[in-house]
Amino acid sequence: MSASILFDTPGPKARRRILAVNIVGALIALGIVAWIVLGLAAKDQMQPSQWDDFIEGSTWKNYLLPGLWNTTKAAVLGIIGSVIFGLIFGVGRLAQNKLINGISTVIVEFFRAVPVLLMIVFFNVFFSRSLQLSGDTAMWAVVAALIFYNGSVVAELVRSGVHNLPKGQREAGIAIGLTRGMSLRHIEIPQALVAMLPALIGQFVVILKDSALGYIISFNELLFFARTYSSPNGNVLQALIVAAAIFIIINFTLSKIAVIVSRRLSSRVKKEKNAPAGPAAAIVGAPAGLDVPAPQDPSDPKA
Amino acid sequence: MENYLSIFTEYDIPGAFWVNIQLTFWAAIGALVLGTILALLRISPVGSFQALGTSYVNLIRNTPLTIIILFCVLALYGQLGFVLSSDFQGNFFRLAVLGLAVYHAAFVCEAIRSGVNTVPLGQAEAARAIGLSFLPAARLVILPQAFRGAIVPLGNTLIALIKNSTVAAVGSVATESSSVMKTMIEFRADIVIPIFLTFAVGFVIIVIPVGLLTTWASKKLAVAR
Repeated sequence: MSASILFDTPGPKARRRILAVNIVGALIALGIVAWIVLGLAAKDQMQPSQWDDFIEGSTWKNYLLPGLWNTTKAAVLGIIGSVIFGLIFGVGRLAQNKLINGISTVIVEFFRAVPVLLMIVFFNVFFSRSLQLSGDTAMWAVVAALIFYNGSVVAELVRSGVHNLPKGQREAGIAIGLTRGMSLRHIEIPQALVAMLPALIGQFVVILKDSALGYIISFNELLFFARTYSSPNGNVLQALIVAAAIFIIINFTLSKIAVIVSRRLSSRVKKEKNAPAGPAAAIVGAPAGLDVPAPQDPSDPKA
Repeated sequence: MENYLSIFTEYDIPGAFWVNIQLTFWAAIGALVLGTILALLRISPVGSFQALGTSYVNLIRNTPLTIIILFCVLALYGQLGFVLSSDFQGNFFRLAVLGLAVYHAAFVCEAIRSGVNTVPLGQAEAARAIGLSFLPAARLVILPQAFRGAIVPLGNTLIALIKNSTVAAVGSVATESSSVMKTMIEFRADIVIPIFLTFAVGFVIIVIPVGLLTTWASKKLAVAR
């Protein structure tokens, strides 16, 4: 709170006032929770029989875990696919060849603007009817849609990651005789990938959430199983809350990992900044007359 | 070609997009109001308010929109009998708007908060140094800069909302574009790809101007620092 832009560090009077408001706020928060719980109870939704299904092993074994497995499968395939798609078209957008650049730009901008649900519905019919594919076409439709949308987002991450690198990185690559493409592959992309890692993990959360759209085309994912399980038992509300809780726990963990990674990266950058103290000291100690270029400030690889 | 053109007379495609725009419009208003309140809670110096705002954002942002809209229709309406309109179809529409607004409010809150975070601390210190008290400082110095910083994230949220309005299909809003497209490609298996491209280009036409407008506005109103 001390670093808040709108509020000065509170004095004794303000602290008392904040404490009073704090208590009121806590009461409001408790009131909201109580209102929800009592409201549900008044509507006969807090019966133990409606909730204890979800602590039984068989519900998990037959419905929730298979659903979670399918959700994970689609999400992991979507993540792998969109990273590959993103690398290809991200590099394509950085290409100097106007044709490759143009095609990549059109593809990335197009798929970023089309709703994922529209693609899922299309691919589902396209795979099963037009291409007559067998197997779990619903899952492949979800995976394909996730790859096209999130791959385009990753392509933009790659592009902005490379753009945010200091110019010196490419210049150094070219100075030691690399071509543009080699400097991109060996010097710029690896650094951009590290810098974009937190944003990439954030995108995984989006992929996981969007996999639930497969519900619409009856893809057997977590939400679909939660719904099929609860419909005959009359506890859809409870099942949706449990499914949401599972998603929240996984996504919250992923977001926390992203924060930790980004903190690690920024501390790494700080270390790199201090690192040249050694070589710089050595240079200072170099024999006079030897023309040593002044040590440059190490570039900041963080996007 | 004639085969393809017949879909425009058989189905009301502009009407389907109009439903999406209406969903977006009402949900955007709801999300803006709720999101601003949440942002105020999160930037207040009161611990319990902050906790309230933070838990809302963390819970809603990590839940799939599909579950939220399904919850509105199946749980709120189906199981609890919560009704927003006496008209059967209108009720589903309003429930979908409610779900969209609740979901995007979390993102609006974060957009506004990130706008406030772009204002350097020195601005507030300077405002106090020239004798402005809390309200004038906020109104004259901090918030004008904060709103400008929030243009880009707010624009991105609006674009996401336009695209996410198709998820209203889960909430039994059968007149919006993804439901209409689903019906169309199931009946016209011969022209699946042209139908998809028609709808996809429709969204590109709606979304890209919003993106360009956001970029233009953010550059035009950028705070020189």
